[in-house]
Amino acid sequence: MTRLLQRLLGRLPVGWLQLTHSRGRLAAAIAGVAFANVLVLVQLGLAGALNGTIVRGYALFDADIMISAGDGNTMTDGSNVPRALLWRALADPEVADGVALYVGTVTWSRESGDTALQTFGIDPVATAFVRPVLAPILPTLAVADRAAIDRTTRRLEPEVVQDLSEAAPLRFETEGRALSVTSAFTGGVGFTADGYLLLSDQTFLALFARRSSGAPNHILLRTVPGADPAVVAARLKARLGPDLRVRTMAAAIAADQRYQGTQRPTGIIFNFGVIIGVLVGLVIVYQVLSTDVADHLREYATFKALGYPSGYFIGVILEEALILASLGFVPGFLIASGLYLALHAATALPLEMTLATAVAVLLGTMVACALAGILATRRLAAADPAELF
Amino acid sequence: MQADPPIRVTGLNHWFGSGEARKQAIFDVSLEVDRGSLTILMGPSGSGKTTVLTLMGRLRDVQDGSVCLLGEELNGAGATAQVALRRRLGFIFQAHNLHDSLTARQNVLMGLEVHGRGDKDGYQRAADHVLGLVGLGERLDYLPGNLSGGQKQRVAVARALVGNPEIVFADEPTAALDKASGRTVVEMLKALGRERGTTTVMVTHDSRILDLADAIITLEEGQITRREESS
Repeated sequence: MTRLLQRLLGRLPVGWLQLTHSRGRLAAAIAGVAFANVLVLVQLGLAGALNGTIVRGYALFDADIMISAGDGNTMTDGSNVPRALLWRALADPEVADGVALYVGTVTWSRESGDTALQTFGIDPVATAFVRPVLAPILPTLAVADRAAIDRTTRRLEPEVVQDLSEAAPLRFETEGRALSVTSAFTGGVGFTADGYLLLSDQTFLALFARRSSGAPNHILLRTVPGADPAVVAARLKARLGPDLRVRTMAAAIAADQRYQGTQRPTGIIFNFGVIIGVLVGLVIVYQVLSTDVADHLREYATFKALGYPSGYFIGVILEEALILASLGFVPGFLIASGLYLALHAATALPLEMTLATAVAVLLGTMVACALAGILATRRLAAADPAELF
Repeated sequence: MQADPPIRVTGLNHWFGSGEARKQAIFDVSLEVDRGSLTILMGPSGSGKTTVLTLMGRLRDVQDGSVCLLGEELNGAGATAQVALRRRLGFIFQAHNLHDSLTARQNVLMGLEVHGRGDKDGYQRAADHVLGLVGLGERLDYLPGNLSGGQKQRVAVARALVGNPEIVFADEPTAALDKASGRTVVEMLKALGRERGTTTVMVTHDSRILDLADAIITLEEGQITRREESS
């Protein structure tokens, strides 16, 4: 390692030699950086899971444009919209078709505890508006009180949904009605619900007695082939009114993620956790490097007397900072990956260690360590060669 | 005496502290040191000999008077010139000040790498050669913690000499050495003067090596009180 660094740096790797000379201090510093990395990676993983679960809801549907109320910050938030907007939107020559989407939450009380199900109601003939795997299921929901359940629902035993059929449905009561679950699909748990439930619009309206068929949560639109959904959405917004949100599905997903990441407590806490992790890493590395500088002031003063310029010492400190960042990242990455697996097993949240996240955290760690190193070099001013005599 | 001595000090005064606590330590010191000579500064503790040494070595700023080192005036010299000039000098400290995480060879290499990126193999051969000269050819990869006090001092001497300095400033270089080792070190410095023209200025209380000096300058209370030159 010493020879490799000597080749890379073109000089003796004094920083590396200093770090490895004090094994105990090096181990403590690596542990500190690793801890900071674990904090940051886990918080980023949770933030990524939040974004992932947001996408899951939208991914059940296949539409180009979504019309929502002006306060519809997420798929489940906001006021209802008049269904009459659907007809007005269909008047646009580049809108091919549309459907109303109703969104609510039901609680399925089980012996193992309550399960919150994000519930969608949609016209069962609108198979073009759900993702292909749901298309064959949707028409079967036309029968009253039929439902399809997310097989990945939290705490839902696989055998319960393994052989669902019209002859052998899963029955449960909620909101005073008995639902017959005759099919299952793969959705995914989220931060606000344990799973998804898909219903026909009529079953939905029967289940949520206060809801009106004339006031869905969203209106989904498909454009004609060759049309640009963004252009059509802008045109519809101008025509339907400024109080509405008329966006492409991609824009709606991005706005939802942005809102939940920056306005909702969960997202804010995750972002704050990342900042805390960075600060912890900064403080630990600064403490290690500044102590190291203080312990070697006489040696640095000697090097000054030999004619080494200030830039040389900054290079040594930065060398130490980058080595600590690299060595601390490896165990931090491994521990965080293990925690991802454990958290996924415990919560079924989509925590995924992506290459982009790992590289970003490594680079961020290097920048933070370098910053701590630059702060630590302020103590070098105390290295006065005249005091050596 | 040559016309252009490597060290010429004229009317040097120096103070420590400020305000009412300001105290003059050096009074109107003037001296010249010949090229290739071994000059010893002597005097009781607090006489100012180390202060004069650090002023000549450009480790302190010259406040008043003139110090002309290797043809360059130090009074008012900038930081860049200071760094460049130090690379032409060698320093041997009483406390060897070796870097505890570097081996003997690596400590000596530090005396070479200051000159920039050169032939690394050549640097290593030079470091090994100088360490061999000071009797540490078998201790190249030892860390300072595994060397005796005398061996550490010899590594410090090797570090000061490996870059072929034009002037060596040494502060009690023999204090941690036994008589034979101390004399060997000073004889080596004297030999360098003969062979390469290296000038050495040394602060010492060691009377065992005075016979090797070309000149002995005695300071008392910040003033030169005596100057002896060997015949």
